[in-house]
Amino acid sequence: MADNGSKSTATESPHGVTRLDDENMLAMYRQMILCRTLDERIWMLNRQGKAAIVASAQGHEAAQIGSAWALRKGTDQFYIYYRDLATLLVLGMTPAEIMAGFLAKEGEPLSGARQFPTHGAYPEYGIINLSNVVATHVPQAVGAALAARMQGEDAVVITNFGDGASSMGEVHEAMNFASVHKLPVIFFCENNKYAISVPLAKQMAVESVASRAQGYGMPGFEVDGCDIVAVFEATSEAANRARRGEGPTLIEASVERYLPHTSDDDDTRYRPSEEIEEARKRDPVKILADQLRQIGALSEDLDQEIHQEARQIVDEATDEVDSAPYPGTEEFFKHVYAP
Amino acid sequence: MQRDERVFILGEDVGARGGVFLATDGFLEEFGEERVIDTPLAEASIAAVAIGAAIHGMRPIAEIEFADFIWPTINQIVGEAAKVRYGTNGQLHVPMVLRAPQGGGVRGALYHSQSVEAFFAHTPGLKVVNPATPYDAKGLLKSAIRDEDPVIFLEHKRTYRLVRGEVPDEEYTIPLSSADVKLEGEDLSVITYGLMVHHCLEAAQTLADEGVSVEVVDLRTLRPLDSETILESVRKTGKALIVHEDSKAGGIGGEVASIIGEEAFEYLDGPVTRLAGPEVPAMPFSPAMEAMYMLDADKIADAMRKLAAY
Repeated sequence: MADNGSKSTATESPHGVTRLDDENMLAMYRQMILCRTLDERIWMLNRQGKAAIVASAQGHEAAQIGSAWALRKGTDQFYIYYRDLATLLVLGMTPAEIMAGFLAKEGEPLSGARQFPTHGAYPEYGIINLSNVVATHVPQAVGAALAARMQGEDAVVITNFGDGASSMGEVHEAMNFASVHKLPVIFFCENNKYAISVPLAKQMAVESVASRAQGYGMPGFEVDGCDIVAVFEATSEAANRARRGEGPTLIEASVERYLPHTSDDDDTRYRPSEEIEEARKRDPVKILADQLRQIGALSEDLDQEIHQEARQIVDEATDEVDSAPYPGTEEFFKHVYAP
Repeated sequence: MQRDERVFILGEDVGARGGVFLATDGFLEEFGEERVIDTPLAEASIAAVAIGAAIHGMRPIAEIEFADFIWPTINQIVGEAAKVRYGTNGQLHVPMVLRAPQGGGVRGALYHSQSVEAFFAHTPGLKVVNPATPYDAKGLLKSAIRDEDPVIFLEHKRTYRLVRGEVPDEEYTIPLSSADVKLEGEDLSVITYGLMVHHCLEAAQTLADEGVSVEVVDLRTLRPLDSETILESVRKTGKALIVHEDSKAGGIGGEVASIIGEEAFEYLDGPVTRLAGPEVPAMPFSPAMEAMYMLDADKIADAMRKLAAY
């Protein structure tokens, strides 16, 4: 499964591939449609009073799917953040498992419904999303990479964070530490230009997050985060670099945020609707669909089938989770310390 | 580290310098740069890197050069490490040790004298240890390293030079959350920890000469507390004096006093009393002011006499 940069056509797993063939492109599209359908449903469940809090991934899907596709499930580690819904799907979580988090239902796998949706861990898939405190996971990812190297594994650790998080001091400390020790880390910034309501110009005085990489002695790349191929290629290159022992890479994926920060936010207070309309012109779903049509891999019929299939999966997940019970309080005091 | 290759050290000056107090003297030569890591001067990432490494199967010992510099780690230790087991429903845990020298009376002034234990001991999910003797330090540190949860291991700087004691070469451990009766007595219990154990033992000697038999309980672990040993002692003597260098309000003493009040009220023959650091932000530099801040055997002996008189 490890490739160390050698070209391979292996497609035995849906990700960890080194080259995107038509089959992979289509598989990514299916994930993207599934993610968008799930995301819209969860937002609706919030408006119905069933999901207490939602942070939508709409507009971020290409960045999340493209980056995860370039890495290896079960080997590489994903220190992600609250908006990474598509990453969870790509790594193998089912819509029902994810939805159990949004509705805080029994059997929720990440945290036993103790945490906000998408938070906790799925160790089998390398999913680690521990905290709501922005950027705390970024230096932890560096520690994970240090452990991997000490244990002689070739695991790569990717850590996703937003443009707001890039202002945190711990991101600076993490990048510096990783670079000094040449650790196999990919710093992956999903820049949607807003930290809740604070726009990029008030977040940083420089042009881009990626430009900071120079100050840490590592490469930094800006990619179009709505173009899944561009994201995949940048992440693959960073992963290969990490596995060759050349250290960390900073990738800044420019994405869009179509909905308010969370379901509790009101973006009409700070964001003109024309801006969102403009942003929707580069919807990652449309871009990937166009790319697939250009290579002749997506007919109208197939597209409808993919949408229909996604709706069915999400409908089934909704029914299953909606009727599931909430966990009781039997385990309330469990897992404070080791037994 | 010889026994378990998952154990490694990271911190400032832990390598060639061997630590500012020589706690890791010779480690670099024996274990190499891979396991004795001089980090950038950035405490939050020292703690965070340890957390990440611990989650993925290592046993990091992160050193904060002085406890006064520990505050940038609060976000990681209190906010994150303490909550990983609970927040992942037991799937992940953080077997790490955060070591830090603390305490005053060493001309360390405001930023090299602080006591930080109460801030961490407040937090469920963390364990907090503060040994008083070299023998205890070895046995407790081994237990802390082998513990499956994050342990804050605080060492009083003054005990590095003031206290000498036998440390056997052979393997032994001391369980966390086990207090130790350092001196048995009948008339009065003193509950303390860290450097103050030694001052309390000295004061107890003075009181013994005056005909008062004092029992000295060394807590050793401040979270989770060994309530049984505290209560057993107080039920025997009927009087409790709690002594710590850290300032009084919101300190460990308040917790110990509450346990005694709740569980041993009917045994009490005098007010549960705290003798602790003064309510000023930190310890001043100049000698007379530093001495005013610090507790010593004389101040403790006075408090013992007052309580014994009930």
